[in-house]
Amino acid sequence: MTANTLSQQSINSPLLRVSNLQTRFHTQDGVVHAVNGISYHLDSGEILGVVGESGCGKSVHALSIMRLIQIPPGEIADGEIWFEGRDLLKLSENEMRHLRGRDIAMVFQDPMTSLNPVFTVGFQICEALMLHMNMTRKQARERTIELLNLVGIPEPTKRIDNYPHQFSGGMRQRAMIAMALSCEPKLLIADEPTTALDVTIQAQIIDLVMKLQKEMGMSVMWITHDLGIVAEMVHKINVMYAGFIIEEGLVDDIYDETLHPYTKGLLGSLPSIDEAPGTKLVSIPGLPPDLIALPSGCPFYARCTYRQDHCREERPVLETVNANGHAVACWRWREI
Amino acid sequence: MSQNKRLLQVKNLKKYFPISSGVLFNRQKRYVKAVDDISFEVYDGETLGLVGETGCGKTTVARTLLQLYRPTSGQILFDGINLTELPENEMRKIRSRMQMIFQDPYASLNPRMTVGSIISAPLDVHTQMSRNEKREKVQELLQLVGLNPDFVNRYPHEFSGGQRQRIGIARALALNPDLVVCDEPISSLDVSIQAQVVNLLEELQNRLGMTYIFVAHDLSMVRHISDRIVVMYLGKVMELADRNEIYLRPQHPYTKALMSAVPIPNPKKARSRQRIILQGDIPSPINPPKGCNFNTRCPIAQDICFKEEPVYRELALGHFIACHFV
Repeated sequence: MTANTLSQQSINSPLLRVSNLQTRFHTQDGVVHAVNGISYHLDSGEILGVVGESGCGKSVHALSIMRLIQIPPGEIADGEIWFEGRDLLKLSENEMRHLRGRDIAMVFQDPMTSLNPVFTVGFQICEALMLHMNMTRKQARERTIELLNLVGIPEPTKRIDNYPHQFSGGMRQRAMIAMALSCEPKLLIADEPTTALDVTIQAQIIDLVMKLQKEMGMSVMWITHDLGIVAEMVHKINVMYAGFIIEEGLVDDIYDETLHPYTKGLLGSLPSIDEAPGTKLVSIPGLPPDLIALPSGCPFYARCTYRQDHCREERPVLETVNANGHAVACWRWREI
Repeated sequence: MSQNKRLLQVKNLKKYFPISSGVLFNRQKRYVKAVDDISFEVYDGETLGLVGETGCGKTTVARTLLQLYRPTSGQILFDGINLTELPENEMRKIRSRMQMIFQDPYASLNPRMTVGSIISAPLDVHTQMSRNEKREKVQELLQLVGLNPDFVNRYPHEFSGGQRQRIGIARALALNPDLVVCDEPISSLDVSIQAQVVNLLEELQNRLGMTYIFVAHDLSMVRHISDRIVVMYLGKVMELADRNEIYLRPQHPYTKALMSAVPIPNPKKARSRQRIILQGDIPSPINPPKGCNFNTRCPIAQDICFKEEPVYRELALGHFIACHFV
């Protein structure tokens, strides 16, 4: 953009700075407003949790960062995504292809469908290494064995020539992580990587990513619908609802000083480990709003127990409430 | 709950699925031992949680209880009647007293039927109600599960996942069953909707007094809803106890590991706890390990675990376990 923004970028340079990102999809039924002007930043070495229910725009926002939104029907209508001093939305497809996988890598939700079934696991990891790191086939193979070993796949020298169907779900997700880490990315985006897995395997994968994050010092964005999972692993959290960030802050602030009624509802929906028998869960009534016909006021209005007329008329913006960057988009956060 | 009468008794239940190898001449028949010699009881009015990882046989147990699968051997006594020996026509009568709520609300409702005809299907089969009576009953049921009674003529695709699950619940309740088997009823729903459905299930139980068997892999939810919990691994019961026993004083190393893998929605508590991370995956039920089923992943396994299968025994009153070292 302008020289002014560029220099600002290099002074207090966070690794990733998203500002006013808006992503829409033009469908037969109308325009789906998936992401509606979100802004945040992520420093290097930081772990960010993006939390929200299905349809809240958390995955679409991640795909927008990777520029993997199919255009059309999708459209990144507005916003900037600054990554290491470059606006990703201004890069050519060719430049983006160099960056994807090398600087920003992504692990997807479903390990069953994100590996190509007709190539060996080893081939698929080697491919990225040869492409991005200019390795020879032999070097790539050696590095792949190292990587498979790193992510805890037993007998990597044998397993490298296996096809995806010979791997269990947990192993496939490990292979995906190996692939994502192969080029030592600066940012790893993990989009619900453990949703399809059992709890014990989920614990293994979280443990693995945490260990690798410490060793390699990369930033991680962990996208999930489960506030339980992110509690122990992230530094800060963005809570999303209907394509907006409705609360953000350090992990302790979000859990201890919960401000937004939606975040409160999400936390109340989870049974706590030391609850008394017969405790009722706090559920959020109703359903998320239709993203085609977004309400003009607060998106949470229809489900909120604290709503007032004002909430329906004017949409609240994120308001910072403490020095650690805890912010909330609610008209009544002071009172509730 | 122990003062209550036993509604269901499962004795040495086995369900093996044969795998045929070769096209014509199957020389050696092998089996998937989905459920391998398990016993437990369900008391009237309680909620029994059935937990375990994928492939541990929990869904097979649920289906075998309703005789949707015929067991390989063992007994299932429902109110004193042995279901395993019952001919199909008598079984059908009993089925009206035991119903099931399925996992996937998108697959378990016929997309071509209206909500009204889905919910009244059990009434068509098991009762002689007139059309008007059925219509009234359906509307009553819709109200009971928190849906608008005017929805009778809508089709499943017009509803969200949580609403569909409510329709499934209404169908299961149509015949006032004594036992409702819930097979992962919330695992495909969003967190806030999960709480809605769990609250509904609890409310209905308080009001109607039925018994639940709640199958799930989400331990925190199972703990919330259950009175007693069965922990399964590879077709066998590892531990069975009261919910608080299981959560506060788990004895079996597998239960301990499962408990410590449950995410805690509280950053301070989550950071301070000790996690046991199991290595490896669950072995294949076609070729389960010799000795204790859990020996390939157990942190305290010793020689005896690879040779002898531990006996399933009562450790304390109502606390059952299968492990050599407890």
